[in-house]
Amino acid sequence: MLLIGLVMFALAPLQIAGAPYESTMGLIQKVFYFHVPGWIVMFLAVFVAGISSAVYLFRQKPLADRLAVAAAELAVIFGIIGLTTGPFWARKAWGVWWQWDARLTMALILEMIFCAYLLLRRYGGPGSDKLAAGLALFGMANVPFVYISVNVWRTIHPSTSVVPQLAASAPGMFGPFVWCMVAFLVLFVVMLVARVRLEAQRAEAERLYLVLEEG
Amino acid sequence: MKVPQFSLVFIVCAFLFSAVSGEPVAWGELEQPQEEFVPIDQIPPEDQLPAAPLLIAAYAIVWVVVFAYLWSIWRRLAAVENDLHDLSKRVSGDVKRST
Amino acid sequence: MNSFLRVAWLVMRKDLRVESRSWEMMSTTLFFAVSCVLVFSFAFVREGRAIEGAAAGILWIAVAFSGTLSLGPTFERERYHDALRGLLLAPVERAAVFVGKLFGVLLLMSIVEVVVAVLVALLFQAPIIQYFWWISALLILGNLGFASVGTLFAAMLARTRSRAVLLPILLYPITMPALIAGVMGTVAVIQIEPNFELARFWLALLLFFDAIFLTLALWTFEPVMTE
Repeated sequence: MLLIGLVMFALAPLQIAGAPYESTMGLIQKVFYFHVPGWIVMFLAVFVAGISSAVYLFRQKPLADRLAVAAAELAVIFGIIGLTTGPFWARKAWGVWWQWDARLTMALILEMIFCAYLLLRRYGGPGSDKLAAGLALFGMANVPFVYISVNVWRTIHPSTSVVPQLAASAPGMFGPFVWCMVAFLVLFVVMLVARVRLEAQRAEAERLYLVLEEG
Repeated sequence: MKVPQFSLVFIVCAFLFSAVSGEPVAWGELEQPQEEFVPIDQIPPEDQLPAAPLLIAAYAIVWVVVFAYLWSIWRRLAAVENDLHDLSKRVSGDVKRST
Repeated sequence: MNSFLRVAWLVMRKDLRVESRSWEMMSTTLFFAVSCVLVFSFAFVREGRAIEGAAAGILWIAVAFSGTLSLGPTFERERYHDALRGLLLAPVERAAVFVGKLFGVLLLMSIVEVVVAVLVALLFQAPIIQYFWWISALLILGNLGFASVGTLFAAMLARTRSRAVLLPILLYPITMPALIAGVMGTVAVIQIEPNFELARFWLALLLFFDAIFLTLALWTFEPVMTE
């Protein structure tokens, strides 16, 4: 617990220190430093959820299920971050809050899939852990379709090649971007560990309840 | 093992078909998405919409969401640990009584 | 392979036989699909003419909604007299049971789609009959993708609380790529200057979607249905 707290506190000044480095293009572009890492982490969470769901379905390891729940919650959280920072950027850069281009649409769909996962686990009653695992697996399988659609539709979203070229084209921006990327990754791992721990404690509590009832 | 073989064949066929489908659109006609960020020094004067409030709001939301979530984990964890504490007391109490 | 298909056929035949006693699912789903088309027509008709591109959208919305509606009863029936447990305990490959159910759903949805497509063609003067093969291909592939995921989720939820509400919640986001591909493909074909290249791309995407999700459904049916 202490370890988690310490890492948390280490992150906060890290983020603040990141901001002054940011460079001079139109002010609103600075949202990029949180927006893109947010989405990258969300995709990471989706994959973790999908893969651990598959492990849970085919190998029945309880840890896999806890990891899946934790990752799904984090996918929703980081999705919220991406879906709110995006429109703020869009409002300034494109003049509208939302555009029905492919990437935004598919990102919204992915978010909805994992909200559905959480709803299923909450309201589905007993046995919903397996079903939710199936859902998460399907959600993960949808990700390539997200990527394919981006490239077919007309899109005004900055293309995926912006980030890899960043080091070459705008070195002043690369540093803070990496900084924030690492910060988000650390945050993700911290929250994942904490959440998995919560599930483990809950499982332990249930086990004790059962022991008590039998005793 | 019939199912995996069948599905593998299906996927390969699907892939071949898609490969054969060819270019759906003349890529040159599409509006080109932005390829790279270009740093500039001055914002053109016609940018009327003030960016600062939007930027601050965006960052604020991120902070709020992250901390709200962390706080919610903290709260739930505390509740479960309380329960766990109570339960283990009761269990060991039971064990003592029955031995 | 023979026994697999035979089991699937048996399951489908059982479903058809049950359905033919009352035709309940067929008639209610058909009626619902037609009302869907009408309701959306009112929304999208201006000064007596439909908005551009409305026909394709309405076609596929009707397909999605009526498909979801018909999936519930498909497995609801199995809940009585523990029929579902009987199916699962049978000494056959579970995936074959799934495929049998899937065929039944596909058949029902295909019949509904034929009716809806003809209706949309008439109401919106859309050249659906003219491009019969293209539209059929899109509908068949879209159908397959939607039904694979739908049958799996309906089976999964058959014994769950709040199943009626949860099915659309789970189903629509996952099948969105298939529905989008279907609509965009249909638009590409029936628009004033059809773009067959684009339609072919959406068909390929649908095929890919079907391949991947049908496979996933076959793989996960077994572990998901065990207690």
